[in-house]
Amino acid sequence: MKQDLADKLAVGTTRDQRLGARALFLLSLVVIVGLPFVAKNFLIFQITMAVIYAIAILGLNLLTGFNGQFSLGHSAFFAIGAYTAAILMEHADVAYYWTVPVAGLICLITGFAFGLPALRLEGIYLALATFALAYAMPQLLKWTPLEPWTGGVQGVVIIKPDAPFGLPLNPDQWLYFFTVAIAAVMYLCAVNLVRSRTGRALVAIRDNPIAASAMGINTALYKSLTFGVSALYTGVAGALGAIAVQFVAPDSFTFGLSINLFVGLVVGGVGSIPGTLVGGLFILFVPNVAEEISKGLAGAVGGIILIAVIYLMPTGAAGLVRLIASRFARVIGVLIKPGSQR
Amino acid sequence: MELILHQVLAGLATGAIYACLALAVVMIYQAIDGFNFAQGEMAMFSTFIAWQLIQWGVPYWAAFFATLVVSFMAGIIIERALFAPIHNAPVLSHVVVFIAMFAILNSLAGFIWDYNVKTFPTPFGSRPLLGNGLISSHDGGMIGVTVIMLVLLYLFFRHTRIGLAMRAAAANPESARLAGIRVAWMIALGWGMAAGIGAVAGMLIAPVVFLEPNMMASVLLYGFAAAVLGGLTSPGGAVLGGFIVGVIENLAGTIPYVGGELKLTIALVIIVAVLVVRPGGLLGQRIVNRV
Repeated sequence: MKQDLADKLAVGTTRDQRLGARALFLLSLVVIVGLPFVAKNFLIFQITMAVIYAIAILGLNLLTGFNGQFSLGHSAFFAIGAYTAAILMEHADVAYYWTVPVAGLICLITGFAFGLPALRLEGIYLALATFALAYAMPQLLKWTPLEPWTGGVQGVVIIKPDAPFGLPLNPDQWLYFFTVAIAAVMYLCAVNLVRSRTGRALVAIRDNPIAASAMGINTALYKSLTFGVSALYTGVAGALGAIAVQFVAPDSFTFGLSINLFVGLVVGGVGSIPGTLVGGLFILFVPNVAEEISKGLAGAVGGIILIAVIYLMPTGAAGLVRLIASRFARVIGVLIKPGSQR
Repeated sequence: MELILHQVLAGLATGAIYACLALAVVMIYQAIDGFNFAQGEMAMFSTFIAWQLIQWGVPYWAAFFATLVVSFMAGIIIERALFAPIHNAPVLSHVVVFIAMFAILNSLAGFIWDYNVKTFPTPFGSRPLLGNGLISSHDGGMIGVTVIMLVLLYLFFRHTRIGLAMRAAAANPESARLAGIRVAWMIALGWGMAAGIGAVAGMLIAPVVFLEPNMMASVLLYGFAAAVLGGLTSPGGAVLGGFIVGVIENLAGTIPYVGGELKLTIALVIIVAVLVVRPGGLLGQRIVNRV
């Protein structure tokens, strides 16, 4: 009975509920479209960044939540995506919208190549290798032979794109819509991927790798591919992040970013696609609040929240919503038919 | 030749520190089958405690042993409070709590002692040792302290009842429990010892890398590389691995553009290469999964 209400909201079994779901969808669409016209530019920028982080967390979630692999190195793929975008725009004069798919492709390839040994790097070993990758990445970006492209410690500055076709939008508003549109496509792809035959194979590998391979699933291939796709998501987010911040530098992509993405994943709910949005909003706004209390405490607050979530709410925000929904349904059930307590 | 000899000796000195950290990593790996990603931050925090004591006027060696005791207790408390309740939880929970500890200790150290780089005293001085200055006396001290600690640990695990009990608890928890060994407390004791060993490593390396919240990053990575290279099931292997990666790091340091700038990448390459080529490490057991 747990998922009753949530399921009905999504599928819509009765006419009323279908209407309700549609109304909810329209309402959120109005909010999403209307928001940049009422909010201040800085808030628009922050929301854009939250959506970008959400895409990266979605990538991490495909890997951890659905395939059961760990990565502490997704800051590295975020960095590769960001630098791909920045270098293409700065040195090859590529239009910003082309840099996003290219960044995704490059991360897919590097992720797949790094994931290939994943058939030997089981679980915790992959976490170790990616931990090292996260630490190595800023150093690689500062490496002298690469400096003509990466700009070394200085990084690369990018110009914020204007709205095309003479649309009456300022750059912040345009970037918001650009990001939200890409995010919508990425989320749609993720939902379809997870519901497909491939998605079921991923979950089977997570739940029981031996049984999965006995059923004819090529575990090694699927694991490497998942790592690649996960890196692709994070790379796209990195490219969007570079365009939004208008600047890339090696020290923006330290292990701290990996920790943040991890916090977002756990808080949103491991294995929940809508939860990644909560995670994105969370890692953007909560550290700001914590830093207002005291600089340097942001990390500690993140850590304490991680521990609290693991002990008190292991399913994250998504689980909390499900729990409240089921409680709510039960209360309503009791109110409508007193005495029929389930 | 002189240069290579110099690099090898210097490599053995830093290798001693990597060996300590690798040993701490292996002890916790034996206890809970996971990597303590916060091992470096625990060591860093201990080092800050020692620094604070010295600032308050405590003599070096008194501060050294006081820090050792505090770290040991803290290790036990962390195990009892954070890890015992989730002993049977999925691996994800362990990783999450390690990452949480990493974030908390790192940011707390920055909050208490700020991010400015501090110098840390050495009790051995920094005079050149061995006449022509191949290594400094602090390097010699690092090797000396590490070797003494390793010998003590060896004697402890070989020749004391409690050392035997700890080995039994790690090798076969079920049988150990039936034989009357309190396995949960053995695990906690292992954590305490790992925290203490880490504290020694932190206090010895601090005069070289200087004291600040992120000082252990490269040391921890090389510690992991050493543990993986030596074999995660073998404490002796971890020590051997520590000295080997220390020498590799220093020899690679002579290659232009690579050594100085890509230190962490070298550690990454060692870790991935060992896991791909020889996952069991040099002296570790190969773990075979029965279906």
